[in-house]
Amino acid sequence: MSAVRLSSSGGPSVGSSFTFLRLKRTVRVGVKSLWMHRLRSLLTVLGIVFGVCSVIAMLAIGEGTSYAVQEQIRKLGSSSIIIRSVKPPEAEKPSQQQRNWSIAYGITYADIEIIKKTIPGVTVVVPARIIRQAVWNHAKSVNADIYGTVAWYPEMRNHPVERGRFFSQDEVDRTINVCTLGHETAAALFPVDDPVGLNVKVGANYYRVIGVMEAGGTGGESIPGQSSAAPKASLHKMYIPISAAKSRFGETLMKRTSGAMESETVELHEAVIQVHNQQEVKETGEIVEEILARNHKKKDYEVFVPLRLLEQAEKSKQMFNLVLGAIAAISLIVGGIGIMNIMLASVTERTREIGIRRALGAKKKDIIVQFLIETVILSGLGGILGVILGVLIPFFITYFSDMKTIVTLWSPIIAFSISALVGIVFGIYPALRAANMDPVEALRHE
Amino acid sequence: MGTALSTEVIARVEDVTKTYIMGGDALNALQNVNIDFHAGDFVSIMGPSGCGKSTLMNLLGCLDRPTSGRYLLGGHDISKMDDDSLSAIRGAQLGFIFQSYNLIQQLSVVENIEVPLYYQGRAEDESRAIAIDLATRVGLGSRLYHKPFELSGGQQQRVGIARALANDPLVILADEPTGNLDSKSGDEILKFFHELNEQGKTLIMVTHSDEIAAQSFRVIRLRDGRIESDVRR
Ligand SMILES: Nc1ncnc2c1ncn2[C@@H]1O[C@H](COP(=O)(O)OP(=O)(O)OP(=O)(O)O)[C@@H](O)[C@H]1O
Ligand SMILES: [Mg+2]
Repeated sequence: MSAVRLSSSGGPSVGSSFTFLRLKRTVRVGVKSLWMHRLRSLLTVLGIVFGVCSVIAMLAIGEGTSYAVQEQIRKLGSSSIIIRSVKPPEAEKPSQQQRNWSIAYGITYADIEIIKKTIPGVTVVVPARIIRQAVWNHAKSVNADIYGTVAWYPEMRNHPVERGRFFSQDEVDRTINVCTLGHETAAALFPVDDPVGLNVKVGANYYRVIGVMEAGGTGGESIPGQSSAAPKASLHKMYIPISAAKSRFGETLMKRTSGAMESETVELHEAVIQVHNQQEVKETGEIVEEILARNHKKKDYEVFVPLRLLEQAEKSKQMFNLVLGAIAAISLIVGGIGIMNIMLASVTERTREIGIRRALGAKKKDIIVQFLIETVILSGLGGILGVILGVLIPFFITYFSDMKTIVTLWSPIIAFSISALVGIVFGIYPALRAANMDPVEALRHE
Repeated sequence: MGTALSTEVIARVEDVTKTYIMGGDALNALQNVNIDFHAGDFVSIMGPSGCGKSTLMNLLGCLDRPTSGRYLLGGHDISKMDDDSLSAIRGAQLGFIFQSYNLIQQLSVVENIEVPLYYQGRAEDESRAIAIDLATRVGLGSRLYHKPFELSGGQQQRVGIARALANDPLVILADEPTGNLDSKSGDEILKFFHELNEQGKTLIMVTHSDEIAAQSFRVIRLRDGRIESDVRR
């Protein structure tokens, strides 16, 4: 045998390690290839962009809406139970012939006494009567809900006084005709003057205005997710001592509806039961419900536990997020398939290049890494664009429509990671296809 | 057979047969071929179209494996190697020059020359220096950062030569390197080949032109997958 020369250089194992620097160069080559087909790359990535952006935007809107709902519920007090009088359904439609009729329904002072006695943990009960009547300031008038209530109502309902003050326990005890106006009521009746110290007139009685509440606040139907049979709450509110309400308006309310006189007797329209320990709220709520059920023949009351509503809201938010997650997953998968499709086309188009690289020493692994990196760059780019758009869209929604949106920190992070993952998953098949090409065939490819 | 150059066998084709199965018919593109290639030689392979020249070049270039027989390159039995080892051998010991240049379109002249270095894991600045040096040697010092489509055919083939030289290979394989070029550009390429051969590189070249083949030391003629003649001048 003739002499056979061995290789002079150190053997065929040099290029097998993937250092960070090598990766950087591969990334640069990938960017170059993608840049060559800018428009195509951009179009490819749109699926991911919209997927990511819609996830973030929808989550932000969902988060914003549920925040508003929760805020509203929280205002009711998370350690309170609200009971309300409801006109029983069978009493709503009187027979045609009966022109004058009267019903008595709702929560009574007796109920409150029983609740107070039966449940030791209950500290405060805020009874409230609500009377809908016109409130006058000279020629101006508004139809307001007049709340006959107790002195600690503002703290109770997380609804602070803006100007002046709320009435005192002393004024309640002495049945004084003072009132605190709702923000809207004050604005409507006293567009120019400061109402504090002036008088308003309800029926035949004058009430001295001692304060104005802050805007907003809750009462009546603003408890979300629940409907009451009582008439829709008025925007305008006025607060007077409960003692004054009882003596001026009595227990009976006369209403004239289309020629018929109907009189309703309601002792209390609303009461708030404050529980000391928040953990006991739900249990106490059930007990209250039991007590009322025992003492009322008809269901002429409602029991709201804001905490329970809060939990329901939380649950429905989770449901909402789950649905969003599914939509997101689908749109990202569609985006991923789009990327895979283009990468497969790109692999075919670059068959010759693959053959050249293989001839010049590229291993299968090198080809896989090259194509995988391109896909990951594409989907990562799509992810970044999607995150930017997804953060901007809620911003503009809030800016132009006053709708509350909250972009939580984790939503862009998750959306971006998923998009990168999609890139890897959907990049694997095209990359394998590129790597498994026969070098000779690839070089012959036109 | 003349052994004026070297007795050292750098590549040995031993009873190699390459069979393609197409539509049920078996076609022997190469049939019981035996050739020894010597270090520092300049060999031309000739023959009519379809006689198996490219098939032989692919085997010599470790791009393909024989159906039967053995191929030894630098002492390694290629027919038994796995895909990664073949890639490594191609990258480290072989230089390819193609008829259609086969440059990567999105890369510049230097970047194309750097490709084999990259797969050998050479450092970036070192590769760049080598690539610039080679580009200058083939007369493209003023075209370093041009893309292939901005170059003439002759210039592109010179990039191909520079790229084939990047890893300082044992053997340079050129399948019809002047096939797409006019005679003037072809002569330029040939001049480089002589230069390389003088520097001790082993060259194996496929050509259809007797004129070009006449410039090599040994001419192997194939016909229907067999060696018809093997002449050393
Ligand atoms: N992948 C393949 N599958 C099937 N047959 C093939 C394949 N590659 C080559 N052949 C056949 O093998 C024979 C030799 O082909 P090869 O490409 O080696 O010819 P060649 O001598 O290079 O011809 P040319 O001068 O035209 O380039 C031809 O008959 C060809 O059809
Ligand atoms: Mg050929």
